[in-house]
Amino acid sequence: MPKPKVAFYWCASCGGCEETVVDLAEDILGVVEVVDIVLWPVAMDFKYKDIEAMADKSIVATFLNGAIRSTEQEEMARLMRRKSQFLIAYGACAVSGGIPGMANQFPREQILKFNYEDCPTIVNEAKTRPQVSFKEDGRETTLPALHNVVRSLDQVVDVDYYVPGCPPTPKLTKAAVTALLEGKLPPKGSVIAPDIALCNECPRKDTKPTTLSIEEFKRPHQFLMDAEKCFLAQGVVCMGPATRSGCEAACPTGGMPCTGCFGGTSRVKDQGMKIMSSLAANIAPKDEDGIHKVLAGIPDPVGTFYRYGLAKSLLRRKVNLPKEA
Amino acid sequence: MPNETWEPRIVAFFCNWCTYTAADLAGVSRMKYAPNIRVIRLMCSGRVDPQFICDALAKGADAVLVGGCHPGDCHYVEGNYKMLRRFDLLKRMLDDMGIEKERVRLEWISAAEGEKVKRVVNEMAETVKKLGPLGMPQKFDEWDSEMEHFAEHVAAKEAAAGCGCAVHGKKETVHA
Repeated sequence: MPKPKVAFYWCASCGGCEETVVDLAEDILGVVEVVDIVLWPVAMDFKYKDIEAMADKSIVATFLNGAIRSTEQEEMARLMRRKSQFLIAYGACAVSGGIPGMANQFPREQILKFNYEDCPTIVNEAKTRPQVSFKEDGRETTLPALHNVVRSLDQVVDVDYYVPGCPPTPKLTKAAVTALLEGKLPPKGSVIAPDIALCNECPRKDTKPTTLSIEEFKRPHQFLMDAEKCFLAQGVVCMGPATRSGCEAACPTGGMPCTGCFGGTSRVKDQGMKIMSSLAANIAPKDEDGIHKVLAGIPDPVGTFYRYGLAKSLLRRKVNLPKEA
Repeated sequence: MPNETWEPRIVAFFCNWCTYTAADLAGVSRMKYAPNIRVIRLMCSGRVDPQFICDALAKGADAVLVGGCHPGDCHYVEGNYKMLRRFDLLKRMLDDMGIEKERVRLEWISAAEGEKVKRVVNEMAETVKKLGPLGMPQKFDEWDSEMEHFAEHVAAKEAAAGCGCAVHGKKETVHA
């Protein structure tokens, strides 16, 4: 019997998700033994043409990481969807837009102008920009176009499962692969991680006060943090209460607060609004000036609370950006 | 821009004990106010999750009004303070997301202030009329049109290749 086919693909991502697959270490050998990897651009040389030539649904599962931001990524997302029985949004960017999703605060023109003209490390006196198509000697070369909006995978194609995290942990990856190979699949649309807040598995849980009353917000670089006390009790913004567990509290264990990469639990519709609601409601002052002063300690609420989820938030994108062709 | 037939839709979250009762009083007293609000009764303004406000805007509301008891008068002692605190940060976040400050408003209206319900609603309807529609659902469609063009291109390419594959149709805007 032929081995089941599996594919890994990357879109707008940093490569960290690929690293997690490699972090399976010796376990990856076990995976390779039972599956046939048909596409994995970061590690192996396969051609898109070969994928296009395959019968629809002939790949058992595709793990796709990265947000969808260019026409090429969109085309590949649609292609992988068609060729796969299961399409898995792998990592925060594919699940909810991730860090690239924060580009939804800016117009495309501003992003291109900065990156090709204004960025201090760029020398580009002719102000050359990459073109979608270029003709010379009768030959035409093309490049993918950048979309105006950064999207999560499920805003482009139908997604079967979600493996969250920036990046997902090897443990969750192994759980997802095992579930697939053994056919023990959860209902479609499931997130392969526990459906409970991160605080539940945080080693600092016991020091979390039942009633919070934050007098001042402090940032990790501004003072020497207590290594065992709950971050919220120290006035440090921690996304734990509005974030799904499953990472085994990697950041709090390492001395840094949660930044929310696992997204919300199934009860949370908009992670940024949810954590904002929780944190703001639990500050001490009762008068407008006092409240304003304490909350000014969070200088960039959109960037902080939507660090990984802006593309998938209720508003999705800054609403008054200029229209572009 | 506002057209002639457009009327603002304002979602109002009123607390059971004060503002909703005040709206009731306004009704019983036969006061007339702008018909642009859709009132949702909650037990307390402290129950107004900022997710509700964003959801209302995302689903087509042009503005959101939150009404609660005056500070010190909350039936649950502290609920309205929670709303007051969230509101400060919510306004900053909505401003960063490009939504005008005037589209969200928090007002303390006691059970005796039917007159204030009338004034606030009229003022807000007037303000939002001047701002024009927010139109988030239309914006979502407009943003996603860049994908439809591409879907057509892919379909044409595939038809040319003759693979006869199923092509994903227009994807609905995903809100949740």
